[in-house]
Amino acid sequence: MLVAQSSDVSSDLGIYLPLVVMFALAAAFAVFSALLGPLVGPSRYNRAKFQAYECGIEPSPQPVVGGGRVPVAYYLTAMLFILFDIEMVFLYPFAVSADVLGLFGLVEIFLFIATVGFAYAYVWRRGGLDWN
Amino acid sequence: MSVMSSVLFLAQVQPVPSPAPAKIDPPALDAVWPILIVLAAACVGVLFEAFLPRHQRWPAQVALSLLALAGAGVALATYLSDAPEAGEMAMFNTLAVDRPALFLWGTLLALSVGAVLLIADRSVEPGGAFVATAAIRPGTVQDRAQVTATGMQTEVFPLTLFALGGMMIFCAANDLLTMFIALEVLSLPLYLMCGLARRRRLLSQEAAVKYFLLGAFASAFFLYGVALLYGYAGSVRLADISAAAAGTDRSDTLLFAGMGLLVVGLLFKASVGPFHTWTPDVYQGAPTPVTAFMAACTKVAAFGGILRVLQVAFESTQWEWRGVLWGVAIASMVIGAILGLTQTDVKRMIAYSSVAHAGFLLIGAIALTDRGLSGTLFYLLTYGFTTLAAFGVISLVRDSSGEATHLSQWAGLAKRSPLVAGVFTFLLLALAGIPLTSGFVGKFVVFEAAIDDGMAPLVVIALVASAVAAFFYLRVIVLMYFSEPAADGPTVTVPGAFTTAAITLGVLVTLLLGILPSFALDWAAGGAFAIR
Repeated sequence: MLVAQSSDVSSDLGIYLPLVVMFALAAAFAVFSALLGPLVGPSRYNRAKFQAYECGIEPSPQPVVGGGRVPVAYYLTAMLFILFDIEMVFLYPFAVSADVLGLFGLVEIFLFIATVGFAYAYVWRRGGLDWN
Repeated sequence: MSVMSSVLFLAQVQPVPSPAPAKIDPPALDAVWPILIVLAAACVGVLFEAFLPRHQRWPAQVALSLLALAGAGVALATYLSDAPEAGEMAMFNTLAVDRPALFLWGTLLALSVGAVLLIADRSVEPGGAFVATAAIRPGTVQDRAQVTATGMQTEVFPLTLFALGGMMIFCAANDLLTMFIALEVLSLPLYLMCGLARRRRLLSQEAAVKYFLLGAFASAFFLYGVALLYGYAGSVRLADISAAAAGTDRSDTLLFAGMGLLVVGLLFKASVGPFHTWTPDVYQGAPTPVTAFMAACTKVAAFGGILRVLQVAFESTQWEWRGVLWGVAIASMVIGAILGLTQTDVKRMIAYSSVAHAGFLLIGAIALTDRGLSGTLFYLLTYGFTTLAAFGVISLVRDSSGEATHLSQWAGLAKRSPLVAGVFTFLLLALAGIPLTSGFVGKFVVFEAAIDDGMAPLVVIALVASAVAAFFYLRVIVLMYFSEPAADGPTVTVPGAFTTAAITLGVLVTLLLGILPSFALDWAAGGAFAIR
């Protein structure tokens, strides 16, 4: 790659050059797409397109039964998702340094998984996974 | 994803040469068994909730909680029999298991026995002081039905154990990050437990929300302070911060800004005025057994943390910050004593009393001497048991709508129930600091240490505040003995075995430490903080 050759004052920072290039490319792509869309795309507006967010959830209050509330089960599922997301993120650094940590690290990570498992068992047994 | 893959690609192109790191040995566990037992029991409690049928949960949880506390106590006693005098570091230097930490662990475990007994009682309030399903909206038909249902939310037992485990870690935390994690472990269960009252659901939920919002705010202060101190010292270890403050000419701005924010977070948890605003509302709204647990154990843990932070990390800079904490202590005593006078609810009154006591405790905590340390530790022990028993008694005085906490309802209580009135009188006298109670000895050792450390003006203010606070304790006593009982006044419930045991424990310790305090004073003076 081009970084390896640079040997002047900026040689320490040179290793970040690919990152900078990539950020620049990403920004350029975003700006390019945002500019190109209105220019070449058809403009057929409907109500959904005028809403504040278009990320899949209808913004409350909804004009339907439920009083405009998001079902509480949604939050439960979201919390569980975050819990297991965090668990996986913790597994990455463990996997990287598993050889240093040895058996001790293995026991620790199983204890960690077990504690998350207890919480999961509780949610499952008490009906937290039933949507209705 | 493209960011991730290009970073990984980069790492493959230019591998960073690093020496083969040394193997990490598993830590020795002998010093931390009390914490491990409590936390493991809490996990088992969660499994009980998951897999046991509803009717078996209460007996199983009560047995498990009490067994865990006993087991942790045995583990603590076993470790104490041959613990190193100067203390030792455990779990990769994150925990400092020294004499003050061991004293605080013992205090917390003993107080938790009383709190678990109060929580477990199902005879004072039929079915227990806790609601069956906390998620039901207050005021609905289902909610009215569950007031008289006999079920209760048994999750409160594992929550108590988790909070206790967090408190024990908090007292022994040797670096600020461990301390922050412990702060959250002890706080999050308490926020939940505040909202579980069977009666007055809205008040209880309001207390939980207030405590949660203000507690999250205080945690943010704490964390901001940790960040600034890390910027100052380059380490979150308490001893490193002390070393950095002692031997450099770095700008003090980061140090004192960080310390200020950190201490605000700690003072909030200890309900020291002027950071006390949550205390009356939460003490009033939370179920009374939970209030007892919070008032006794959270105070012990928070002051354990304050003592360690001040004595280990900031002792070398004490002349810079001590004046500020003088002001805080005065504010706390004055707020507690004067606002306590105006209260008409007995739980709020005890809450303001706890703010005043926090001021007294802070005097001991800023006397950075061995006697200041041992005096504060002893005061925590005495205050914890007295306030635990006081809330136990408060839970007994009831009318048809639940606990009768308005002071006017306590009028003439001595005529209906001389024993309960007598016990409560004794506890109020202990809170006021009358001789032959533990409260007197506690105040005496703290004030003595403060005078030794050159804080005589502060002690004079403390004595005045004690006198003012004594007025509102005595007012309740006068009300109970010399007023005519109201015609439709509350009745005193005959307590079940659990509440009786908890109140008896509190009263006996209050009396014992008032008459024969020397053995506990010796324990409290067992040694200083280990600084490493």
